[in-house]
Amino acid sequence: MNHLPQAWGRPRDDVYGPYNNSYLQTSGPSQHTQSPIVTGTSVLAIKFKDGVVIAADNLASYGSLARFTDVKRLLRFNSRAVIGFGGDVSDMQYLTRLLSSLEINENYSVTSSTELAANNLHTYLHKVMYKRRSDFNPLWNQILIAGLDVADNPYLASVDLLGTTFSSPTLATGFGAHLAVPIMRRVCPDEEAAKELTQEQAVETVRECMKVLFYRDARSLDKYSIAVVTKEGVDLKHGEKLEKQSWAFAEGIRGYGTQVN
Amino acid sequence: MTSIGTGYDLSNSVFSPDGRNFQVEYAVKAVENGGTAIGIRCKDGVVLALEKLVVSKLLKHGANKRIATVDRNAGIVSSGLTPDGRHFVSRARDEAAQWRKLYKAPIPTSSLANRMGSYVQAYTLYSSVRPFGVTAIIGGWDAEDELPVDGMVGSGPSVGSGGKQEGSKKGGPSLYMIEPSGLYWGYYGAATGKGRQSAKSELEKLDLAAGNLTLEEGVKEAARILYFAHEDSKDKEFELEMTWISSKDGPTKGRHEEVPKELREEAERLAKKALEGDEDDEDTKMEE
Repeated sequence: MNHLPQAWGRPRDDVYGPYNNSYLQTSGPSQHTQSPIVTGTSVLAIKFKDGVVIAADNLASYGSLARFTDVKRLLRFNSRAVIGFGGDVSDMQYLTRLLSSLEINENYSVTSSTELAANNLHTYLHKVMYKRRSDFNPLWNQILIAGLDVADNPYLASVDLLGTTFSSPTLATGFGAHLAVPIMRRVCPDEEAAKELTQEQAVETVRECMKVLFYRDARSLDKYSIAVVTKEGVDLKHGEKLEKQSWAFAEGIRGYGTQVN
Repeated sequence: MTSIGTGYDLSNSVFSPDGRNFQVEYAVKAVENGGTAIGIRCKDGVVLALEKLVVSKLLKHGANKRIATVDRNAGIVSSGLTPDGRHFVSRARDEAAQWRKLYKAPIPTSSLANRMGSYVQAYTLYSSVRPFGVTAIIGGWDAEDELPVDGMVGSGPSVGSGGKQEGSKKGGPSLYMIEPSGLYWGYYGAATGKGRQSAKSELEKLDLAAGNLTLEEGVKEAARILYFAHEDSKDKEFELEMTWISSKDGPTKGRHEEVPKELREEAERLAKKALEGDEDDEDTKMEE
């Protein structure tokens, strides 16, 4: 037996085996950036003839816990761009501050009359996201940028934590990419269809998709933010409630939960 | 100046036997030759205005702005050496950005003035630098109601104690002027540059302390005062540059912006008319 003072009070190696120090290892890549913590789920957006509609619910989940229920995941950048964030909420807050300082810098000159357009913003965010993933320290978000481009045409594009960019007349992140996109594509399959779509139709489609997502996505909420960006500016509403829900379909679902047959 | 030429004015940070710092006084002289700059603190906002002397006909009209924005809700106009002014503004922007990084909120105008005052004063202390050749006027509007923390996404608990005090009144317009010595005061109306004497006497007539002047009146008064102060150097052409900051319910929604062209031109028209009126009066008096 080891009688040296440094062994006093410690578990005996001959009984418990040698102490495993591996968890104290400090070398190797940092791990805390490798997964999100508090997360937001889907963001949906659809182009129509005069602009873009974008929506996201107000939930921030901590794992499967519905932790924060009043979180605004749509950010009005200026009168012609709204940004929707899915993924990690603290990374979203970081990006919000980054964009705030960008906006301040853009307005240093009192003469600049033109605002940054949505496509400029998309380029900027793409560079930020790609830089971070190249540093092996990604910002854990999927982002939709909705608004008007430099020529005042409706603009919708996405960028994700890998720096991948994508553009389409209908876009969704997270669960919505699987559940909402097919529904939105029925209404708006391509750019030509988007040019025919009215604002009412677009808003109606997005609201319907939010409802479908609330039915089937366990990390979603019936309270959401919705924004419409047109030449007239941004109409952003927080805390909208899902209306006319019908859970009748739930009766017909078999194979989950406690029912036997 | 009795001590001039006795060697006490050759290095910065050196006092003369009668307790003066000549380098700072020479910096003030540099300011006294600059175009007139004024600031007016109105009841619902702040106006900054500058008489920008046209140094060359080859410069584009309306370009090369001299009033700068710091953060969103503050502006700086300076008189004296333009490059010194530029550096001053650059430092102010850094201070505002630094403040935001630390406190996640915009810098209060009083704190901005305080920090810039300290910065300018530091340039009177060392022999390796010279004092700032500018007097700067800082105007700002501090938000009157509780601002969300930068990056805030929720609204906190809807019931129970949230540490929020309902109905507390704060914020509002502020105006500060910083001199080459680092000295700064808060003002109701501030003027610097070549025409400061006549501008100051005109500002005093406005009774700004009473807090009755509105922002739009302030814009018109600022234009009139600058035209009035320009009378002494009438042979030189100048451009009028004007910016303003209002409350969040006002025309600029709490931001520092250029006064719209239409309003500025209207103010200039009224200013010229007021001047002509004065001259007519003088002419009639002389005839009498």
